[in-house]
This record gives sequence, C-alpha cells and structure tokens, in this order.
Amino acid sequence: MALDRWIALVLLGIFIVYGYTAWFTMDGGLAPFMRRNPIWPSTFPKVLSILGIAASIIILFGLEKSEEKIGEIDHRRLGDYFLGQAVLLLGLMVVYALCLRPLGFLFSSSAFLIIGSFILGERKWHIMFSVALIATASVWYLVQEVLGIFLRPLPMFMGV
Amino acid sequence: MLEGILIGLQTALSLQNLLVVIGGCLIGTFIGMLPGLGPMSIIAIMIPVAITMGDPSAALILLAGVYYGAIFGGSTSSILLNAPGVAGTVASSFDGYPMARQGKAGKALTIAAIASFAGGTIGAILLMIFAPMLSSVALLFHSAEYFALMVVGLSAIAAFAGPGQVTKALLMTVLGLIMATVGEGALFNLPRFTAGIMDLQSGFGFITLAMAMFALPEAIFLVLKPKNLGDDGGEIKDLRITRAEARAIAPVIGRQSIQGFFIGVLPGAGATIASFLGYAVERNIAPKHEQGEFGKGSIKGLAAPETANNAACTGSFVPLLTLGIPGSGTTAILLGALIALNVAPGPRLMVDEPQIFWAVIMSMFIGNLVLLILNLPLIPYIAKLLAIPRKFLIPFILFFTLMGAYIGQNNATELLMLVGFGICGIALKFANYPLPPLLIGFILGGMMEDNFSRSMQLYGGVSFILERPMTFGLLVIAACLIIVPVLRTRLAK
Repeated sequence: MALDRWIALVLLGIFIVYGYTAWFTMDGGLAPFMRRNPIWPSTFPKVLSILGIAASIIILFGLEKSEEKIGEIDHRRLGDYFLGQAVLLLGLMVVYALCLRPLGFLFSSSAFLIIGSFILGERKWHIMFSVALIATASVWYLVQEVLGIFLRPLPMFMGV
Repeated sequence: MLEGILIGLQTALSLQNLLVVIGGCLIGTFIGMLPGLGPMSIIAIMIPVAITMGDPSAALILLAGVYYGAIFGGSTSSILLNAPGVAGTVASSFDGYPMARQGKAGKALTIAAIASFAGGTIGAILLMIFAPMLSSVALLFHSAEYFALMVVGLSAIAAFAGPGQVTKALLMTVLGLIMATVGEGALFNLPRFTAGIMDLQSGFGFITLAMAMFALPEAIFLVLKPKNLGDDGGEIKDLRITRAEARAIAPVIGRQSIQGFFIGVLPGAGATIASFLGYAVERNIAPKHEQGEFGKGSIKGLAAPETANNAACTGSFVPLLTLGIPGSGTTAILLGALIALNVAPGPRLMVDEPQIFWAVIMSMFIGNLVLLILNLPLIPYIAKLLAIPRKFLIPFILFFTLMGAYIGQNNATELLMLVGFGICGIALKFANYPLPPLLIGFILGGMMEDNFSRSMQLYGGVSFILERPMTFGLLVIAACLIIVPVLRTRLAK
C-alpha cells in the first residue's frame, strides 16, 4: 500500500476517535440550559468528523483518480540520503527543548548551534564557537532586553 | 476632500513625522523578519513608545509604519527561509520560497517589495475615495456571510490543489479545522479534545504549527538531500525584473490591490484571507500552461498574495477609522492605542479631527514609499542570507524555528509539539499531501466556527443558509469550486 494511503488510514483512525468523542461522549456533561441551544460545543466537530472520515475513505480506496508521484525525495530509498544527520538534528531539537529551562537560554542555544553544525560536518571550531556565541547573545538581548520577553539566560541553579 | 488631503500632507511631511515613519518602517521590517513576532506583537510592544510621544498623529503614523514594515519583514522570512512568521505571509512562501531555491531570491524580494508598495499605495487611494461609503457596506456582512466567505476561501484552496489532489487538499483542510477545535473555544468556554492535558487548554499554537509544517520539513529535506540554496542558477544579486515579467505581474497587482482592499474592509477578514483568496483567484484565472507553475516559483503566485495582504492592511483601516470597529487583532490593538491617546475613532473622526484622519492616510503613501526606497537597496544584502553555508544555515533555521514557537507561547512543551508536528509534516510531504491547506484550515477554523455558531444561534438552526441570499450564493460558489474540478478531471479521462 502506498504511503499516502497509510497516512489516510491513520487519519481515518484519528477522525473516528474524534467523531466518537464528538457524537457520544462530549455532550454528557452539558448543562441543561445549554441543551436548549441550537448549537452545542460538539456541533461543528460532528460536521468535521463526517467530512474527515469521508475524505480519508476516498483516498484510502483510491476513489479519486490520481497518479502516484514521487516528490523530491523518494521515501522508499531513504538509505540513499543523509538520514543519520536528519535524525540526529531532530533528536538535538528534543534535547534542546528539555534543556532550555534548566540550563538557561545562553548555554543551551550556543550548544545547539555548535552541535548542529558539528552534526552537519563543520569542524572549524573557532568559527562555530564565535558565530554561536554572538548569535545567541544578540538574540537574547533583542528578545529580553529590547522586546521585554523573559528568557532565562543562565542555568536554573544559578538563580537567574 | 482636497482640503483634508492638504492638511494630512502638511502633518505627515513634517520632519518629525517623516523620521517617525522611517523609524517605524525599519523597526517593523527587522523585527517582522523574526518568526514568531507578527505585526500584532510588534505594535503591542511599540504602544508605550507611541503613547509617550503625546501627539496622536505622530503615534498613529509610527504604528502604521511598524504595521507595514512588519508585513514586509514577514514576507522576507517566508521567501528566504520558508518560515512565515505571520498568517498573512504564508501564501507568499508558496512561490516565493521556490523562487529563492532557484537562485532568484533577489528577484523574489524585488517583486515582493514592488507588489507590497503597489498594493499599499493603491489601497490608500481606494481608502481616500471609498472610506465613508464602504463603512456602511461592511455592516451588511453578518456572521452568516463571514462563515460562507471562509467556506469559499477553503474550498478555493482545496479546488486549486491540482489534478488528483483535490481530496488530499480537502483532507488537510479538515485536519486543520479539527486541530483548531482543540482547546477552549471563545464561544463555549469549555475545553474540548484536550484529553485532560493542561498545555492543550489554549489549543495548538499557530506559530508552532506554521514552523512545523513549513520551515522544519524544508530544513530536514535540505539535510537529507544537500543542496546549496541559491546555487541552482541565476544570480542572487540579480534584482532586475524583465519587461515581460513586469507585463505579466502588472494586471495581477491591479486586480489584487482592489480585491485585497475590499476584503480587508470586511471586519474579521483581513490580510490572511485576502492573500489566500488572491493566490487562489490568480491561479484559477491564469492560462492553463501557467497554472502548473503555481507553487513552483511563479512570479504571479508571489505578486498576488504580496499585493493583496498589503492592500488588505490598508482596507482594515476603513472600519477602524470610520466606524471605530477593529476588523482584525492588529487594528484592535491600534484602537486601544487611539483610545489611550484620547482619540475616539468613528464617523465623527473625519469631521472633528481631520488632521489625524488624513495624516494617517497620507502617511500610508509615505510609509509605502519609504519601505520601497529602504528595501530595494537592502535586498542584495538580505538575500545573502542564502549564501551562508548550509552547515551553519540549517542549524540557524532550526534555531529560529524553535525560538518562534517558544517566544509565541513561552512554554517548553511547545518545542516538543513542534518536533512532533514537524515529523508528521515530513511524513505528509513524503506522501505528497499539500501542507498549506492544513495551516489555512487551522487559521480560519476558530473564526469559522464562531461565525457558524453565531448564525445558528440567531436563526435557531441552519435556516440562515436559505434565508440570507448572499450566504446561499457564496455557499453555492464554494460547492461549485469543489465539484467542477473533480468533474473536469473525470471527464478529461
């Protein structure tokens, strides 16, 4: 089965769960006065669930005629591309998300930029460090000091 | 009117106000380039500065300059990095980014600057002529018509997805609409589909989703298949537009200035709907051989949303200045600033304080001119962003993607959602699902449900569809937009 049909199958599952919630469980706790309204919080989701299920079924059973097109990257031959680097970068983003608050903006962001360049094959450490530090400090200054949006600069244990 | 124009010119051309408009445009352009900071946040940040200026005309001129600058800045990050910071510039990335990847970044930015200038200037002329008249027409649009207008917009986007792609686009639109229902809706004050997760109470963040669907998959594709941006031929520095290209985009700019302006006048519609509808309309009316170029770097596909969103920004001043009704979040913030400055916008503004009314309109002309003069020489330098080696550029794109999501919500969970949605976006891109309809559905979903619910409450059910001819007409158009291309594809086979 082609990837677009697999995705349609997954989406069909999501729409069925969504539709089940909208049609059968959502209105259970609705206050009596709201039940007299012509519109309930579940009305619009009910319509959407039907549309979603119908569209997924059309794709799943190939009812709309279309030719299978391979985009700029053929997902069936992922091994031919730089898959390792892409996975490592996505992992690095997750680590950054987990470290941003405890380690502070300046440290985590500089580390993200340096390790990101390293993963992509850069080895000129002096450039990597100076670019990362200047960029991180400038963004922090712009966001926190100029725009007034709080970004914890230093690690949590330092109390800043 | 002539007297008003002269008063406005006198105020807007004073040295102080000229410096104010230049400063506003520059601040707006540079901050607008940062994903996550749209015109609304920038104007909100600038309000204290505007209020301390004391002079209402100068304050409004500053905020209007910031508004235009931010829209242009947002287009720059859409075109160069495929990272639209605001909903109004999403459509600009459909063709702007492919142009940048083909080595035509300079040309794309020039077209964006010229289209923005033309859209804003023609919009300002229309504002002068039609402002008093249009305010009464805008009041004829009720929630039912807004709902129908949004259905038309979404159907148009799905319909123009290309042969064999209509259902996929429709599926993505519905998915976007479904995602918009997660969280606490404005109308019901009840959390929906949150599964008890506190972070979902306020719903998914627009910036997070925009970054996850556009910037992140694009950056990961560049990692998977290395390719230096701007290396595919052409010169980044080449800003020139040929005579044939100018001839091709001139009618697009003319049409979209007018259409964008009138959509902007409708409260609630604004730059986002104007840019998407502008794109959809131009794609639909383009000759058959040109339709295939849309989404692959068509100059018409870039000029249309760029013109329409700027014209709509100007149009959105009509209900604000003439009725005191803000048509969008941005103009709502401007209204707050006006009230803080002791100015009461409404039908009396033109009579009681003509110097403010006309100075704002005149400053729109000056602001647009300043943006053009400032940005055209800067384009080669802005476009050089793409000449940065990918080993540095990709981590930076990912970093700004993360920053955009974090600044918008100030919540680290948002970053994890960004990565999760980004992986889904990559899978959808692999399977050739069009991603823009998902984001458009998400952006319009909340407004669409609000207007649908209000109409249902007012009419006690769905009878509003038949009782309001304009609503009925718009819904018929929406149905035709979906059915006709599907039938045409079937008949062609």
